[in-house]
Amino acid sequence: MGITRDEVAHLARLSRMSVTDAELDALAPQLEAILSAVARVSQVAAADIPPTSHAVPLTNVLRPDVVRPSLSAEDALAGAPAAEDGRFRVPRILDPDE
Amino acid sequence: MTDHPTSPVSQPASTSVGAAGGDVTRLTAAATAAAIAAGELSAVEATQAALERIAKVDDTIHAFLHVDGEGALAAARRVDQRRAAGEALGPLAGVPLALKDVLATRGMPTTCGSRILEGWQAPYDATVVTRLRAADVVLLGKVNMDEFAMGSSTENSAYGPTRNPWDTTRIPGGSSGGSAAAVAAFEAPLAIGTDTGGSIRQPAAVCGLVGVKPTYGAVSRYGLVAFSSSLDQAGPLARTVGDAALLHAAIAGHDALDSTSVDVPVPPVVAAAARRDVRGMRVGVVRELSGDGYDPGVRAAFTAAVETLTELGAEIVEVSCPHFTYAMPAYYLIAPSECSSNLARFDAMRFGLRLGDDGQAGAEEVMSRTREAGFGPEVKRRIILGTYALSSGYYDAYYGQAQKVRTLISRDFAAAYEQVDVLISPTTPTPAFPIGAKVDDPVAMYLSDLCTIPSNLAGGPAMSLPVGLADGLPVGLQIMAPTFADDRLYRVGGALEAALDDRRGHPLLDEAPAL
Repeated sequence: MGITRDEVAHLARLSRMSVTDAELDALAPQLEAILSAVARVSQVAAADIPPTSHAVPLTNVLRPDVVRPSLSAEDALAGAPAAEDGRFRVPRILDPDE
Repeated sequence: MTDHPTSPVSQPASTSVGAAGGDVTRLTAAATAAAIAAGELSAVEATQAALERIAKVDDTIHAFLHVDGEGALAAARRVDQRRAAGEALGPLAGVPLALKDVLATRGMPTTCGSRILEGWQAPYDATVVTRLRAADVVLLGKVNMDEFAMGSSTENSAYGPTRNPWDTTRIPGGSSGGSAAAVAAFEAPLAIGTDTGGSIRQPAAVCGLVGVKPTYGAVSRYGLVAFSSSLDQAGPLARTVGDAALLHAAIAGHDALDSTSVDVPVPPVVAAAARRDVRGMRVGVVRELSGDGYDPGVRAAFTAAVETLTELGAEIVEVSCPHFTYAMPAYYLIAPSECSSNLARFDAMRFGLRLGDDGQAGAEEVMSRTREAGFGPEVKRRIILGTYALSSGYYDAYYGQAQKVRTLISRDFAAAYEQVDVLISPTTPTPAFPIGAKVDDPVAMYLSDLCTIPSNLAGGPAMSLPVGLADGLPVGLQIMAPTFADDRLYRVGGALEAALDDRRGHPLLDEAPAL
């Protein structure tokens, strides 16, 4: 048990969030405190208990495979940080030397 | 304004007090709609009264993030025109409402209380919004919340805290704190909130209101910006049980656009709220939701309400739900896990904030910088916690185990409902705490949701209704019912509310200090 500053930095990288040193200093002990509060779930004997992912029974929902109106490209792009030629414009996704 | 808009439609429980006088903002939603339908009040007058009240008190309360005065008045005019044309109006036509800023709304910003969505306008309406518009409800604007609905105090909003109308140095609860404060401050008779771990019921409790989390799947989540998809549910906040029932009925029902929406008839909540008879009902007091850590004033108000239920002819039974003590730990693994996945959509590519796109930086760097600047501390904590709980090596011990505990909590409920019709507890262990008191102590903040979380994990409906004061601050009683038996909440809540209002001689909210 226990979560280190390095682990928090790694998890932040995995979550695609740059965090400052000051944030790491605050986050590590807070997450440690939260984890020790929630770790009590492991005290419950539940080896043969099935997990619940949803409170009410669900089945997959499909609709008929027919063309129907949907969001226009203009509406879909209206909130985009950048758009060009009717598409989302994004920063480069590969390193320059790749 | 007509001479006496309130008198022909006044209801003993809601408008008998002198304080209500001719002030339209003090009317219940039911009375407002009745006065509009009868031509004693216009929808425009009701809307103007709400907008004037917002202008007067919201600098202090800060419930609203966006007020759409023009849109509200246009919607109100349409109601008045339809009435003038002799068209039949629905039970909430012309009634003003405050909408939590987590529901996608065309023509208004939807920020979720986050910098990452500052100024963003949704290109479509959430189904809840579509249904409200179809019911001729007047949308006043969007109200404050903890960022992405994560929090119990509304202090996690990027746009500053909302204040409790009972004591403006205190929190209004959260995450639907703006919704609760708007209704308690008489800025709107109705509000929509969302409840993932108590985010409707806890604000309702600490602001002296009625708040309901419907059965999971009863109200469409289409257009509700997801925090924890298996737990999130929208529901009503109101000043009376009857008003909450009207709003519940307006927004509930199957929706093909939400694959978790359940196709069952909406229970008869409006009739149940009006029934005012609990004779013969079996009411279970949950042993595990009491004792140490519960404020003496909360305990006293709860005990008195239980005695009132006995006098009304309900049979009170003590019930044990042994796994409820593990609900908070299980919730704070499941909800952050789902949140870490859901909030991955805020990637700076398709909508919302984008920072650091200087032509040189790659997409990952832009994404990381945007999420760093766009998310607040609690959202970051939960994303990191969820990423940890889902990582290989920890998954079985944390997320997997929490899902098993979720099964055990559902079984506790099922066993309890073999003995009783509804379960009750205090809604919160304490009344509203001072702003700032728990911001640096996440675990202390999480304990606010101790009593409300089990219903989210098991999916059943639950209501908070005001039952008294502790040191001048409202105390809520929680009623829980089996899935799809939402009408039982309203039956018990309506009877208890009527008895308490009769005894007091007025609604509890009349005791709130003037703003």
